[in-house]
Amino acid sequence: MQHPAFEEVSFQHHTTDDDFKKRVRKTTILLSIITLIELGIGLTIYTMHKGEHPSAFLVMVFKGVVCILTLAKAYYIVSVFMHLGDEIRNMIMTIVVPLMLFIWFIAAFLIDGNSYKNLRNNYDPQFKHKTTEEKAPKKAEEEKEHKSGKE
Amino acid sequence: MSTPVTATQTKWWSGGKSPFNLEYGKLMMWYFLMSDAFTFGAFLISYGTVRFSSNSWPDPNHVFNAFPFAGHANLPLAFVSLMTFILIISSVTMVLAVHAGHNGDKKAVVKWIFWTIVGGLAFLGCQAWEWTHLHAEGAWWGSNPFPNANGTVASTNFSNFFFTITGFHGFHVFSGVIINIIMLIMAQKGVFDRKGHYLMIEKAGLYWHFVDLVWVFVFLCFYLI
Repeated sequence: MQHPAFEEVSFQHHTTDDDFKKRVRKTTILLSIITLIELGIGLTIYTMHKGEHPSAFLVMVFKGVVCILTLAKAYYIVSVFMHLGDEIRNMIMTIVVPLMLFIWFIAAFLIDGNSYKNLRNNYDPQFKHKTTEEKAPKKAEEEKEHKSGKE
Repeated sequence: MSTPVTATQTKWWSGGKSPFNLEYGKLMMWYFLMSDAFTFGAFLISYGTVRFSSNSWPDPNHVFNAFPFAGHANLPLAFVSLMTFILIISSVTMVLAVHAGHNGDKKAVVKWIFWTIVGGLAFLGCQAWEWTHLHAEGAWWGSNPFPNANGTVASTNFSNFFFTITGFHGFHVFSGVIINIIMLIMAQKGVFDRKGHYLMIEKAGLYWHFVDLVWVFVFLCFYLI
């Protein structure tokens, strides 16, 4: 079916109202569930931080899971809500292939930031002392109590 | 080049078939959104770089734990979840508006665009409240009252990035609401009926979904991890 107003558009996507409603409902529920899982993980991380010795490895795993869930959400928004999944493959590729730059972009800059931290910890003792104080947590608790007392 | 090109008579894009089966404006909206994705990506990645170069960073669960009218109750993640759901729902109403446009159903388009605008304004209201609340606590560009998670004094990086990036996103939401209001007026006046198609709604819809998409990542980077 050609588009009524644009003759260069060769065929139009047409979904029946029922199919459309089903698809939108399914995607909405999916996005909500993923968000709820993310919140659950966020609160889990919060309670872990409140505990005595939070396992850094486990926190890292949880954060990784949240990142993957976010990518899943992004996929559903772009593919279903923005209808990119219904477009012609070549069109999808002109959007997706340039976005591959993000793989380099994220990796390079985060590794760079991490390396800068290591260099500073090695060669700038003052920086290390100021940001990794041992007795500091106690002080923060006192500050918090002081603040809530003021309020 | 002996024959002069008469630009007014040549419709370049309607010369044959669009290889992407898309009308010009919609294709260009996609490319704009792709470039905007890189803008937001650059912001968030610079935030990540600075965070990776720090030994410790303020804990979002301690910073964002307030809720309107809840006094000083400790409610981590609650308010931002509300904001996230508002944006998801307004994205869904936008999908419904675009679909109504496909069917040429003016009344339904107006109705769903209206609810999308309401969602956008609700989100902006939430963000205004959150900014006011943080400002009252002493956070702003150049000042950060929140300590690092390990208890040391934090730099101002945290609040600088937070206000810049959520501000840039909020500005996108704001312009999205303005675009949607224009779409509402145009649909109400019957402009799209006269044109014979509701493609403008589709383009506005793409922009609105993109704003939701960016929020998903802002939510991840500032509130969850």
